[in-house]
Parts: sequence; structure tokens; C-alpha cells
Amino acid sequence: MSKVLVVTSGKGGVGKTTTSAALGAALAKNGQTVALVDFDVGLRNLDLVMGAERRVVFDLINVIQGDANLAQALIKDKRVPSLSLLPASQTRDKDALTAEGVAKVIDELRKKFDWVICDSPAGIERGAQMAMYHADVAVIVTNPEVSSVRDSDRIIGMLDSTTEKAKKGEKMDKHLLLTRYDPQRASRGDMLGTDDVLEILSIPLLGIIPESGDVLRASNVGAPVTIAEPESAAARAYNDAARRLAGEKLEVTIPTERKGLFDWLFKRRVA
Amino acid sequence: MTFLSTLFKRRSSAPVARDRLQILLAHERISSGDGKDDLLAQLHREIMEVIKRHVTVDQDKVQIKLDRGAHCSTLEIDVEVPGLTDIKPGATLAARTAEADAALEAKKA
Repeated sequence: MSKVLVVTSGKGGVGKTTTSAALGAALAKNGQTVALVDFDVGLRNLDLVMGAERRVVFDLINVIQGDANLAQALIKDKRVPSLSLLPASQTRDKDALTAEGVAKVIDELRKKFDWVICDSPAGIERGAQMAMYHADVAVIVTNPEVSSVRDSDRIIGMLDSTTEKAKKGEKMDKHLLLTRYDPQRASRGDMLGTDDVLEILSIPLLGIIPESGDVLRASNVGAPVTIAEPESAAARAYNDAARRLAGEKLEVTIPTERKGLFDWLFKRRVA
Repeated sequence: MTFLSTLFKRRSSAPVARDRLQILLAHERISSGDGKDDLLAQLHREIMEVIKRHVTVDQDKVQIKLDRGAHCSTLEIDVEVPGLTDIKPGATLAARTAEADAALEAKKA
């Protein structure tokens, strides 16, 4: 029952890599085996967000070209043992991603892991197409902002037409993940609301991740937010999203920061 | 703008964003789909066939837009025809081709 999940968006900077890391870690903490695959050849960053940048020896392209086997290239997470990372190559370009090579690697990963999470590069070119091609499930990461919603619409169109599932006439399981959401700005009417985005894109909602400093703090120290700050609002939202992916029925809410007396006393100040 | 006017007159921007997106995406979804059964795609194809019988037109330089309204819809077709300004009114296609050939010969010589 292994599942291949693509985290995609079209637009860059909306939180694909953050989401891949956070969902992967959340699923792994719940006892699933998870492989995170970075498809952003030439601009890899999942290794950095995961804190594994100094442990990269072989990468996806090495495996595709037969210079290394999968076991050599996979980096096992030190915090959650059932979580592994297959980094992208930093020196090659996206043309090195051959369709047959990617198919072989995904096939092999499917046999070893419950979840294969493909972190897509931005754009709609080869790298993004390769990342989504074998997917059973797609998480479309969208910011409540016009350019992001437009690009997500385009990506949804591609998921329904250019993937293996689409070619077989099967339906791609698509989920919307709204990130960097600011409930106050939305309620003031200065940010697209959840209903607006859902009405426009008309795919089911997987979760709402509130805009949060914890996400940046987690990436600073090289850990998924679900590991670094598990009690933060963003981490709780990602945890719920991961449980929904695993089939649980949970009502979608927007978690808020829990501010206690302790937080107030030792409030971090910048500059 | 005074404080009071910012407080009372400021329109929220999210509904504007939603409306703009809905209009834009309705148009983009039509033009990016394979659209075999789509009226717009069919009109596009047939109109292009007719135009192509007479002049060579770059497919990318054609814009077809359909605005669907509650009471009436408008179809807007924008075709960029290269070199039409040189053609004398009333000239037949054959005559024009002959003329072009002659011009080409003259250039070669």
C-alpha cells in the first residue's frame, strides 16, 4: 500500500520544501516509513532544511546513472529512524532526470517505504513534470495570494493531464494545503480567505498552515518544523495534515499560537 | 487620505483578488484544455482555416476571447495579418502571388 506523493505548486517560495520535510517527519513519527526525494536538481535545498547537508555523498542523479545504488544514496534521519532522504544533485541540470531512470528509482523506493514524498522544483518544466509523473497523491501548496493561486490552477491542470495516472485514465488524488495563512488579515478582508481559494481551485482541503516564525526557526537549525517545534501552531497543522493523508477524518481548523506566561516573560526580541 | 477616510472608505482587497482570479482562470482553463468539444476551440479552428485559405497567419499571433455575460456574450477575435498593408484593394490572391514572385525575381536580379 505504498504511496507516492508529490508536493508541488508551480510558483516558487510558497513552502514546498518546508512542507515536504514537515509532512515527511510527521508521517514518520506516526510509525510510517518515509523517503523524501528532492527533485530540484541544480538547486537542492531539502538536505539543508533537513539538516543533512553535510551527510550528502551520492544523489538522485548518481542513482539514476548507476554510479551508486539506492542504499548508498539514501540518508537516514538521525532523529526519526524511519525517515530517509534522497538528495538532488547540486552540480547537474534537470536534463539528467531521464524518464526511465526516475521510474526505476521510484519503483525501488515503493518497495521499501510506505510513503515516497517527491519535493517538486518550482515551475512547470522537466523537473516538475518528473516529480509529479509517478504520483498517486498530490499536495498542492498554495499561498492565499493571486499569483500562487493562478499557478496552482495550472499545476492542477497538469496533474490531470500529463501524469501516469492521467494517462491511464485514473483520477489523481489532489489536496490543497494553504500555507502562510494569516487569519487576522483574512478576516479583515485583505487576504484571500480559505473559502475563496477553495471555491476557485475546487479541490479538497488538506490543511491550513498559519504564517509562523517557527517555520523559519526550524529551517535555521536544519529540522522539519514538526520535529524542531512540535508544539507550535504550524507543526500542529502539519501533524493534522499528515494524519488526514493517512486516512483519518479530522476537521480542518487553524491552530493558533499558545502563549503562556512563560513565553510572555521570556519573549524573544530581535534587534 | 485622512485617518477617518482610511477607516471608513477603505475597500477590502480580497474580493477584488477573488473576482480577478475567477475571470482569468475561466479564460485560461478554456485555452489550455484540449477542448475538442469546446465551442471556443471549434470556432478558433474553423475561423483559422478560413483565414489560412487566403493569407499565412502565425498561430501564436491570434487571440480569441469570449466574455460570457448574463444576457449576452461577446466573442473577440484578434488576428495579426502580416504584410496586408502592401496589398492593393481588389487584388485577387493569384494576382498578389504573381506580384510577389515578380518582386522576388527583381530582387534576385
